[in-house]
Amino acid sequence: MRKVFSHIWIWLVLAFLYLPVLILTFYSFTDSTMIGSVRGFSMQNYETLFTEPALIQMIVGTLILAVVVALLATILGTVGAIGAFYSKKGVRSALEFANEVPVVNADVVTGFSICILLIVLFHVDKATYLPLVVGQIALCTPFVYLSVMPRLQAMDHSLYEAALDLGAKPRTALVKAIIPQLWPGIVSGFMTAITLSLDDYFIATYTKPATFDTISTYVVNATRGSNTTIKTALWALSAVIFVIVIAVVVFNNVRRKEND
Amino acid sequence: MNNTFNSRKLLAIPYAIFMILFVIFPLLVIVYYGFTDASGNISFQNFANFFTNTKTIGTLLYSVVIAVTVTVICLILAYPVAYILAKGEYSRKHSFLMVFVLPMWINFTLRITAMKEILTLLEGNLAYHPFLNTIICMVYDFLPFMIMPLFNSLTKIDSSLLEASADLGATKAATIFKVVLPLSVPGIISGITMVFLPAMTNYVVLDMVYNSTYIMGSLIGSYFSSYDWNNGAVISAILLMLIGLFTIITNRAISGKGEKEVAR
Repeated sequence: MRKVFSHIWIWLVLAFLYLPVLILTFYSFTDSTMIGSVRGFSMQNYETLFTEPALIQMIVGTLILAVVVALLATILGTVGAIGAFYSKKGVRSALEFANEVPVVNADVVTGFSICILLIVLFHVDKATYLPLVVGQIALCTPFVYLSVMPRLQAMDHSLYEAALDLGAKPRTALVKAIIPQLWPGIVSGFMTAITLSLDDYFIATYTKPATFDTISTYVVNATRGSNTTIKTALWALSAVIFVIVIAVVVFNNVRRKEND
Repeated sequence: MNNTFNSRKLLAIPYAIFMILFVIFPLLVIVYYGFTDASGNISFQNFANFFTNTKTIGTLLYSVVIAVTVTVICLILAYPVAYILAKGEYSRKHSFLMVFVLPMWINFTLRITAMKEILTLLEGNLAYHPFLNTIICMVYDFLPFMIMPLFNSLTKIDSSLLEASADLGATKAATIFKVVLPLSVPGIISGITMVFLPAMTNYVVLDMVYNSTYIMGSLIGSYFSSYDWNNGAVISAILLMLIGLFTIITNRAISGKGEKEVAR
């Protein structure tokens, strides 16, 4: 009885989480403009998605932004975590406090505060992308720091000392003896930064150039509009992203199992 | 020797400068703008306005109602899932967990779009049930963020404690309420923090389901659109205080719990 209940609960929650996206994926292959009314099979949405310049621009722009932000945040966060780890206790806890702020803060507040600082107070032009990139780095860096720090704590510190004893310069020892040990943490920090940037709506709205759209801001504007071609092309976009996410998760799981 | 330690310490400098300039400093600027008027004079008027205006107080209450409802529903849905995954007889539970948190990586505006289409099909017109639709979409959006911390804390509970409880004659229900639930409090608290604040501030979800009632985040959005930086800053400052308070309470609850466990 209890087992039956467990199974039902698990499957109901799974259905709740997956059915909307699956149904939307199904309808993305039809020429319907709203779900529920099946007409015919059609690849029209995918054609629009991959040929409409506004859509392509917005997707490519979002991806470039995510990669740039994630790379910078990963470098800053990793180097920062190493530095903080070897700093005095007081310095480290001050840094850790600052690091906690964007993690617990509401994204609306983070985005608005960057906007006030850079755009209102220092008159930085939004069109330079500087406020957007800085804002997203401020959001992502703490998560990189948090995924590198546990690796630093668990790391074998004698390797670094050994490298120095064997005549390596501190910088070489850092790159050859510390970074490789931190690598899994650095990679997962980078992945977190990518997803945070791809998912971000609030920092983008408050800091982005007027003519630039990320996937999030574009989708929100599209739901306000009445252009059904764009609306249903976005169904195709969700389907594509859904498949990519599944592929990445499966790939990661397989790789992890091979490592174990 | 001392020298090499110094050089590694110096690596913290760029990070520290960035955090001061773009995390700490913006918050101070927010507070400054909150306590000044449009011409730059010190003023408490903005704060006074927020707390005396029935509309803004209503917004605060509505956000709290939404956030509490969403958090409670997420907890009720997620706890059994996390418990079954962590303590049930499913093998490869970590892979199974992945299935539940995977939707988290799909852009949230696209996921809300999907849910919105389903609700439109079921209800005909979304405008009839703005509150209900907001709750459904937020639960849909935030549920994975509740499942993950709950799973992490439940999976750490030593199964022998559950066996001991059963051996000592406790019923299944008693074991869950007297052993499992107290030990999973840190997970419950971090799940609540992951859901409660976004539910108070993520006004995009409301926009997307045509709920025209404001939550705290919407106020910032509308002041931003009308270039009213001072009032926007007031709302941000109030949210910051709430977040700070929330963080202090939850940190204390988690660490207090930890001490008790050590004492045992």
